[in-house]
Parts: sequence; C-alpha cells; structure tokens
Amino acid sequence: MGDQGTVWLPEAASTVAGDVDALFYFILWVSTILFIGVIGTMVLFAWRFRRRSSQDRPQPVRENKLIEASWIVVPTLLVAIVFVWGFRVFLELGIAPPNSYEIDVRARKWSWLFEYSSGAQSSELHVPVHRPVKLRMISEDVIHSFFVPAFRVKADVFAGRYSYVWFEATRQDTFVVACAEYCGMAHSQMLTRVVVHSQDDFENWLANNAADADMTPAERGERLYSQQGCFACHSLDGIELTGPSFQGLAGSTRMFTDGTSAEADANYLRQAIVNPAAEIVQGYEALMPGTYSSLSAADLDALVAFIEAQ
Amino acid sequence: MHEGSYLGASRGLKSWLLTTDHKRIGILYAVAIAAFFLLGGILAILVRTELTAPGETVFGQDQYNQLFTLHGVVMVFLVIIPGIPGILGNFVLPIQIGAKDVAFPRLNLASWYIFMAGAVLAVLGWLLVGKVDTGWTFYTPYSSGASNAVLWLTSAVFVAGFASIFTGLNFIVTVHKMRAPGMTWNRLPLFVWAIYATAIVQVLATPVIGITMVLLFLEKLLQIGIFDPALGGDPVLFQHFFWFYSHPAVYIMILPAMGIISDLMGTFSRQQVSGYTFIALSSVAIAFLGFLVWGHHMFVAGQSALSSIIFSMLTFLIGIPTGIKVFNWVATMYKGSVWLQTPMLYALMFLFLFTIGGLTGIMVGVLAVDVHLHDTYFVVAHFHYVMMGGALIGLIGGLHYWWPKITGRLYNETAGRIAAVLVFIGFNLTFFTQFILGSRGMPRRYHDYSALMDVMPEAAMLNLASSLGSYILAAGLVMILVYALHSLFRGKLASANPWGACTLEWTHTGPVPDAHNFHETPLVTRGPYDFHLADDVFGSDEEDS
Repeated sequence: MGDQGTVWLPEAASTVAGDVDALFYFILWVSTILFIGVIGTMVLFAWRFRRRSSQDRPQPVRENKLIEASWIVVPTLLVAIVFVWGFRVFLELGIAPPNSYEIDVRARKWSWLFEYSSGAQSSELHVPVHRPVKLRMISEDVIHSFFVPAFRVKADVFAGRYSYVWFEATRQDTFVVACAEYCGMAHSQMLTRVVVHSQDDFENWLANNAADADMTPAERGERLYSQQGCFACHSLDGIELTGPSFQGLAGSTRMFTDGTSAEADANYLRQAIVNPAAEIVQGYEALMPGTYSSLSAADLDALVAFIEAQ
Repeated sequence: MHEGSYLGASRGLKSWLLTTDHKRIGILYAVAIAAFFLLGGILAILVRTELTAPGETVFGQDQYNQLFTLHGVVMVFLVIIPGIPGILGNFVLPIQIGAKDVAFPRLNLASWYIFMAGAVLAVLGWLLVGKVDTGWTFYTPYSSGASNAVLWLTSAVFVAGFASIFTGLNFIVTVHKMRAPGMTWNRLPLFVWAIYATAIVQVLATPVIGITMVLLFLEKLLQIGIFDPALGGDPVLFQHFFWFYSHPAVYIMILPAMGIISDLMGTFSRQQVSGYTFIALSSVAIAFLGFLVWGHHMFVAGQSALSSIIFSMLTFLIGIPTGIKVFNWVATMYKGSVWLQTPMLYALMFLFLFTIGGLTGIMVGVLAVDVHLHDTYFVVAHFHYVMMGGALIGLIGGLHYWWPKITGRLYNETAGRIAAVLVFIGFNLTFFTQFILGSRGMPRRYHDYSALMDVMPEAAMLNLASSLGSYILAAGLVMILVYALHSLFRGKLASANPWGACTLEWTHTGPVPDAHNFHETPLVTRGPYDFHLADDVFGSDEEDS
C-alpha cells in the first residue's frame, strides 16, 4: 500500500482505473475552468458596476443573441462529451470478460465471506494478478455494497438476488474493501482486504485452504471464526464489541436480561450460536442473526471447541 | 411598531394560532422551522464532533447512526422542504401578485397544523418509542427490521407531506386566480414563478412518498411482502418509489431559492433580470423534467444498464438549463448598479456555492465516475453544496431581504456582513474537504474511519478541518440569530422600500403591510424589474442615511 495516488483519487490498481481517472480529471479541469470563469466574471461585474450613488439609473441592456447562444451550445457540447465518455467506460466496468475467474461473495452484518470453486473459503478476498475476476454476490440480510477504492469498482449486494462486479488487478499488493451502503450499527467496521497474488501463489493459497482433514476441531473452529465473520462482533482479546468477547467466556457465569444466569458450558455455547435470541446477556442487545443455525453439526462442534480454547 | 400593521391588528396568542392572514401563517412557519433548524444544526455539530478524530471519540456507533439519521430527517422534511414556501412563499407571494391573501386562507392555516402534527409525531417517536438508525432514506430491508420508532417517523413524513400538498395547491390557485389587474404572467416576479413551479412538484410528487410510507407501514405491521426480500418483496422497488419523490423533492428545495436569487440579483443590481422569460419557463421545465431522473441515485443498485444510461442522459438535460440560469444571474449585474448589502452577499454566495454543487452534480451524473463516487463523502459534499449552499443560503438571503417588510425594522448591516463571511468560510471548510475525503474513498455514514487510515492517512486531517469548519459555520449562524433578535426589539425602524426594489410588496404597502395588504387593489403597469420605468423607487433606499 505504498502508493498514495493523486490529490483527488486513491492509488489505482485495476485495468479500468486509468480510464475512470482520466475522465474524472477531465471533468474536474473543465469544471475548474468554468467555475473560475463564472465566479471571476461575477466578481468583476460586482466591482466594475458597483453602486456609486443612490441615484444611479442604469438603463436596460439589450440582449446579445451571440452570447446567449454560446452559453447554451458550449455547455451542451461539454455534457454530451462527458456523457458519451462516461457511457463507454461504464460499459467497460459492466461487462466482465468471458474468461473471468469466478468467486462467490456472501455479505452479512458486518463481514464478508468469499467462496472459491475449489471449496476454499476466506474472509479476505484472494485473487490472482492480471486475470479478470468476476464476483457473484448475495447478501444474507440487508443491502451492502462491495467497494474497492483502488479498483474504482462498486456494486450493491442484495438478499434474494445476485449482483455482479468484475475487475482485473494490475499489481500484487493488498487493498481495502469497504461496505459503501449503510447497513446498521457496525457499518464502518465492515472492512476487509483484497490480497492480490501472482498466479502461482494464488494456486498455492487455494491448495492450502481447500483441505481440512488434518486439522484439530479448535483449528477448524478458528478458521470458521474468521470465515463466518464472528470477529466482527466477538473479539478474542477481551475488547467489548457489539457482542461479548470470547476471551475467558467458556466456564464463566452469564447473567441474563431476564434475571436468570447460567454457566457457559459447551451446551450453552452451542445454544447461543444456533438460537442467540433465547437468552440475552446483560449489557447487550438481541442483535445476533439466527442464520448460524444452518451450520453443520461438525462446524458447531469445531466452533465450540475454539471458543473453549480462548 | 408601525401603525395599522398586520402585526398590531389583533393581539394575544389566540389571534396568532387562529389567524388566517397569510403573513402571520408565514411567521408561524418561521418560528417552527427556526426551532427545527436549531435542532438539526445541533445534531450536525454532534455528528461532526464525533468525526474530529479517528476511532470512537464521543459517541458509540449506535448513537452516531441515530444522530445522522435524525439530522437528515429533520433537515430535509422539517426544514428545507417546507422552509421557503412555508415562510417566504406565504408572506411574500400574495403581496407580490397584488392579492389580499391566498386563495384558501383556512386551508393555509390547516396546512401549518398538519405540518406541526407531523413534526410532533417525529419527536414523539424519537423520544418515547425508541431509536431510529436507518438514515433519512429509510432503505429496506434495513428499515423493515428496525424498531417500531421507524413507523412513527414514516408516519410523520406521511402527515407532513399533506401540508406540502395543500400549500402547493393553494399557491397554484392563488397565482392563477388572484393576480391584480395588469399583473400578467410576464410581469410576475421570478420568485412567484419559482414558487409556482415548486407548487406543481409538491402536488404531483408528494403523494408518492405518502404511498411509499403507507406501504412500508403495512409491510411492517401486517408482514406482507412488498420491499423485504425475506417476505418475498423487492428492496430496490423501495428505492425507486423513494427517489421518485425524493429527487423531485430536490427541486422543491432548490427552485424557491432560485426564485429568491433572481429577485435579489435584480433588486441589488437595479437592473432587469437577464433572460427573464428563460428563467421563468425553465423553472417550470425543471419541475417536470425533475420527475424523469430519479434513477441516477441507483447506478450501482442493480438497475439495468440501459435504465442507467437513459437516466444519466436525462440528468444532463436538466443540468443545462440550470447552468444557463447561473449565467443569466451573473449577466444581470452587467451595466447595473450593484449594491453589496447583506442580502446581495448571500446571493453572490449562492452563485459561488451552487455553481460548485452543480458542477459536482455533473461529476456524479457521469456513469463511470459515479460508480466510484456513489455512497462516498463526495456525494455528501455535493448535496450539501446544493441543499445548504443553495436552498438554505437562498432562504437566509431572502429572510435578510424581506426582514424589514416582515418586522418593520432593520438589522445591523455590519453584523450581517461579518456573519455572511463566517458562514461562507465555515461552509467551504466544512464541505470542500469532504469532496476530497469522498473521492479518495471514504464511504458516507461512517462512525469511525480509523481502518481507512492505512490507505488514506490524510483522512484525519481532512475530517478535523471539516469539523472545525462546521464550528465556524455554526458561529456565523448563531450570530445571525443574535442580531435578528436584537433587530426585532431594538432595530431601527425601516422605511417602506429600504432597498429601492420594484415589486409590489415594496412599492404598494407601508413599512409593514396592514392586515389586508393593500388599501386598494394595485394596478400593475410595469414589469417586476423595470427600474428604468420606476421613478418612485429612486432615492428611497437608505444607504446615505
């Protein structure tokens, strides 16, 4: 992330970014010239024709057809240029090349999950450099928006229907992915990274993340913690986020909003994942979605083992 | 107090609360809207204070999300939309066309009560029912799952909408039927044209937001799927409905301000407003075209590419007449006699800020560039330049202009100029920095930008500058409040036409109009800016005194 970009735009690292930036700066410069022209004339007139006496009696000015025609024709031409230019780059942004590498994206409050055709999953997006990548995105709850400033791409993500975005990264580095559509409490924390690998490194990464046969349940739980986005609300170091931290959670006594309490044993932890609204710990709100009840029994065991290890 | 004025015609709280005098109703709106503006302003200052530094500074993310939601709802629905039509439209429009009142005075009073009922619903929902953190746009399905306080706020928007519809209806009939003899359509002051065009939008567009709010209400209450995908609804349908109103609503906000600017440029240049016919008719054209561009809010919202292309093209169609208006306003000063009193300073400030707002509007209207800028602070900066730098600066300029006619008193001119400079500096510092924050990638509605600091370390400095700017802006606005209150009680008495203006409210009424505006119906013999035909207005201004 060494490149700081230009004054107005962040670093550029996709094939379309250069085209978007050129158009942005064209409009910026034309606008600046027009602005200086209008405001300069305004200041000039305000000074040149300032009132000298309360008896000033200016006479009406005859209309100048040439000037009036020019201030209709010139802006029309300028917007016609930027419209056509914007339209061409928009098509470039909208149409993914047919050889694109496809990755599935699931967005939810307040994390991202990326699923690869090899079966690998990750909470950070991993892509190969110099190869078009097409994301097929869906939301598990409200509307989110996938935004990578360095790639100049953005698309809203909905529940119940797919939306798509594509890009081709031009160098190996990591870049910020943000959620641009307001999605509730921790909207400003719904960030992740896109890691751009060389083609070989990308293949290796996929291979290393595909199999999970030789992992312990707690290790698999750790990966689920990352993939399922638990980290967005539950820290591992005692810091209180939206939900309770996992540090020292297992075995502690939980006080609930209805006045009852229970020890956080394995059954409690499992219940708290699959039916989070059943008992709310004092000091927290019933915000955790119920979607985790669809995790497999093996995954639940792994997550419980991971939480118990904290 | 001037003798025989509408202010002294009858006394007591009841005489105000049951008045059907359009001028007094204008003042009722002014008092209410000033209170809402204070509330919305305090919320804005709190939002900016949270953002002075990265990380959590004053408010938690939950509180922050409620702050910007309420700021948006209050400013849009309770301040800017009703602002100019409610206050100045009511006070000025009937006098400017030579009428004794609006066409339906009792409906006019009812509109104010309906507006207040909407405001009370909003405040009650907020205070008693629970939090609302949906943003002022109430996007589904987020709002579908939010607390029931959302229902109170959407009901408030629904109810306040009727006030807007009735006011618009009233003005349309008034302009058509109540003009004095000789007040032909091409002699209407441009403020009247602007309010007339606005009224058309109010009547045609507002029902759509009402229906949308009812659908949202029904979905939440009865669990029928309209917008919520979990119930089989379509969340993008809500965005279409919402912007089908809310984009025309942008013109409800800006057209009246354009009308004020036209009047100010003419009066303080003592010159005919350049391109009168064009400005008058383009207001009406913009009112209709404004209905056809809502989709430019949805270029990245899964709308078909073809729709986006058409909406982008139509957006530019509306941008061209707007640009030509700016050229006409500047040209009005040519060979005029430009008097830089406080209202004129606001008119020039409007030209400066609105031109930036308009040019950045072109920027976000360009398809490929909008993909990057959408939902970032660039958009936040853009619409504040238009809504505040345009609509609210227009309102403030108009209030300064008509203040002597409304109160019969002058304000301290020096204080007025100092406040205008503070507002100008504060505004630009607050919002220009946000353009850079946005185009460099900071999304809007962000409680905490610390995670972005790796890639944009300048975010901290720019946000701090923006927050400091908002404090300067607030200081300027508070200063206006102070000298306005001072003027109300201690201000010098004004003459009937302190600015040497040419329209009927200045030439045919006393320092303060009496209850029925005119002793006899005026006979109009010249255009609104025919200063060369108006011997009676010269030397009446008070610059030498």
